[in-house]
Amino acid sequence: MNVVVCVKQTPDSAAKIAVEGGKVTWDAGLVLNPWDEYAVEEAIRLKEKHGGKATALCLGPESAKEALKTCVAMGCDEAILVTDSALEGSDALATAYVLAQAIQKLGAVDVALFGKQAIDGDTGLVPIAVARRLGWAPLTYTVQISEIDAGAKTIKVQRLLEQGKQVVTAKLPAVIGTVKELNEPRYPSFMGIRKAAKANIVIWSAADLGLEAARIGAAGSATRWPGIYPPPAREGTVELIDGSPEEVAAKLADKLIAEKVI
Amino acid sequence: MTNNTWVFIEQFKGSVAQASLEALGAARTLGGGVTALLFGQGVAGLAATVIAHGADEVLVADDATLADFRVEPYAALAAKLAREHGPAVLLAGATTAGRDLFGALAVDLGTGCLADVIGLKLVDGLVQAVKPVYAGKLLSDVSFAAGRGPQLVTLRPRAFAKPDADAARTGTVTPVAAALAEDAIGVKVVDYVIEQGQVSLTEAKIIVSGGRGVGGAEGFAPIRDLAQTLGGAMGASRAAVDAGWIPYAHQVGQTGKTVAPDLYIAAGISGSIQHQAGMRSSKVIVAVNKDAEAPIFKLARYGVVGDLFKIVPALTAEFKKRLGK
Repeated sequence: MNVVVCVKQTPDSAAKIAVEGGKVTWDAGLVLNPWDEYAVEEAIRLKEKHGGKATALCLGPESAKEALKTCVAMGCDEAILVTDSALEGSDALATAYVLAQAIQKLGAVDVALFGKQAIDGDTGLVPIAVARRLGWAPLTYTVQISEIDAGAKTIKVQRLLEQGKQVVTAKLPAVIGTVKELNEPRYPSFMGIRKAAKANIVIWSAADLGLEAARIGAAGSATRWPGIYPPPAREGTVELIDGSPEEVAAKLADKLIAEKVI
Repeated sequence: MTNNTWVFIEQFKGSVAQASLEALGAARTLGGGVTALLFGQGVAGLAATVIAHGADEVLVADDATLADFRVEPYAALAAKLAREHGPAVLLAGATTAGRDLFGALAVDLGTGCLADVIGLKLVDGLVQAVKPVYAGKLLSDVSFAAGRGPQLVTLRPRAFAKPDADAARTGTVTPVAAALAEDAIGVKVVDYVIEQGQVSLTEAKIIVSGGRGVGGAEGFAPIRDLAQTLGGAMGASRAAVDAGWIPYAHQVGQTGKTVAPDLYIAAGISGSIQHQAGMRSSKVIVAVNKDAEAPIFKLARYGVVGDLFKIVPALTAEFKKRLGK
């Protein structure tokens, strides 16, 4: 069974994020998007269980090779970076178009895995848009892969919704959007890190994928993000409440009822 | 004749999602009439609720294939209707269903989607919205390029006021047919696994959360008692979830749920930058922590420096008394 896992490079979740002269800055390194770790882990597990190949696929600048190396160090067999100045400024739907084209170029893929969302743009649109574009079963918010029958090309998963978990079946190929509880991502092994250091990361350009210029980059994107700025600071400082537990409870109850939040 | 603004009404087992009612409220602020899409099985009776909350017209598709939300039949029908009628703006709650539907619909209609917005206005027919990025560490103005549309927008739950029901409002109900037959739909819903009595974190008005300070799975008992007494939901920090004390569905924070309740009580949670990202939009934050230096106190309106195992049960007892439980 061949699996592709689509990843993004993002600032570390612990980073302080600021805006300087209209550009976003951060005080920590770039990492594999934390949500994508679950997708990478599941890609490797599927390959280990069912055979075949796990390929990591990323759309991003040259520096995103580092995120792909993390995928290889964890256990992915191959890594592909789609990078091209013509792709800069692509929105979520344009990104989905590019990734869908890349998955089609790979060919013979049974499952495409995604993290729930990227922790920078936070749209969560790419997995579902890729599924729709490919016409594959959309299995977003997957929290458990219960069964895969590689021969019959069927899959059964649990999806984590607001109301609880939903059990669904579908036919492969499928797009699986992952959420955290699905697995516990492994740390790269020493051997894995050595392998990643020497890994040959395949580079694909817009021309390699036969992308239409009118559908990529800022000009090919339907949405715009003209301004970015810090949120307003929370007003006021904390009011500390002291006394015995009973006194604290009574004082706090008065205040919360007066605030009309209870 | 439908209106220029459409709202997708999400229902689960016959009850309308709060986020959809909030979207109706937001739609009314844009000016002009509002058309609602109500899909499901045996849902025609919900049209009155939808009208009372702000719709002027409801397109109702009542069909067995639409009983559960599934992307394939819902997107196919919504896309077909949108192509026929040409609405300018479509709104949905940014729930799992709303995000999936609009992501798929954007592909079908050759447009984009502004996801998870917290502010929305219409200027000369163009949506101008605000959305949190980098887990709310920054905000971004977002809009559509000139000439691109329809303008699909999902609204973060609890970011827009839920309108009061007005039983005097009137509207038209138009039946529409499903677009796909069951054998054209690949995904089948087999079952649900639902914890009884669970309040959805993203819809909750009150959340009581526990963190590393609760010390173990049993330590969540007083947290659960207070949440239940207040009719709220139970949350947790990543530390508590990763320790295996409570399921991931309860996690609040950057790799968990983003919540915005009226009241957020954080017990034994230090308040890492990732946790803050998930709850900083809460209206009133109460922190209970042994460590007076914990970062959560910088965010809180009320703070108690002390032992959560004494303070939280005392709060439960006090509220039981006040609320007559």
